[in-house]
Amino acid sequence: MKNEMKLQFRALSQNESFARITVAAFIAQLDPTMDELTEIKTVVSEAVTNAIIHGYEGNPDGIVYISVALEDGFIDLSIKDEGLGIADVEEARQPLFTTKPELERSGMGFTIMENFMDEIEIHTAVGKGTEVRLRKHLATSKMLCN
Amino acid sequence: MSLDIEMEIKQDVLCIRLSGELDHHSADELRERATSTIEEHQIRHIVLNLEFLTFMDSSGLGVILGRYKQIKQQHGEMVVCAISPSIQRLFDMSGLFKIIRLEPTEQYALERLGVA
Repeated sequence: MKNEMKLQFRALSQNESFARITVAAFIAQLDPTMDELTEIKTVVSEAVTNAIIHGYEGNPDGIVYISVALEDGFIDLSIKDEGLGIADVEEARQPLFTTKPELERSGMGFTIMENFMDEIEIHTAVGKGTEVRLRKHLATSKMLCN
Repeated sequence: MSLDIEMEIKQDVLCIRLSGELDHHSADELRERATSTIEEHQIRHIVLNLEFLTFMDSSGLGVILGRYKQIKQQHGEMVVCAISPSIQRLFDMSGLFKIIRLEPTEQYALERLGVA
């Protein structure tokens, strides 16, 4: 059985914890391990933070869109902004690369997303925005037993 | 869930004990409070106790690396202690353990720095 949810909120840093906790609560129905839940929360936090800092450059009028689909033990996550877009995606994905060292960004966001999830796709266009699609299969999912 | 920051100064060592969640939102307060304390009290070393930190992302790595660079200028060092396995994975991924020492407890960390 497929299940889905969508979420949208202003690009405010106080919404980062709201986003990761909400996604984790939705995913809890798959009975994930604590490690899996922590990984999902971390990648949501990374992608939402990127949207706020880089996509909208701190403009709170920006809207961050999240959708989560669950099917056959797979989690499909999409985190999207309609902000600046990424000029060079390959460069952005390099560990420790950041365009904002003055803000003490570690440049580890995409590396963490790649490590914690099975698949990652980045769709971006300068001036239009960025969508990060992430996929993960849960090792022992209840969905398989239904 | 927000971040609770407790600081204690022992000679030239600043102990920072974090509980709660360290993300982009809470990193700003930690950066401001730690930076000003280091400057005002001529701090050389930092012991970062993460025993009660329940969540951290790459924004946490950024602010920790920033404080490391700050005390490096005073030829000091940073020791992280009581780290959870999930947060340790982030440290491992970023290579931070090549420059920051890890100890099991705050007591060990302080002994390493000679102020226990």
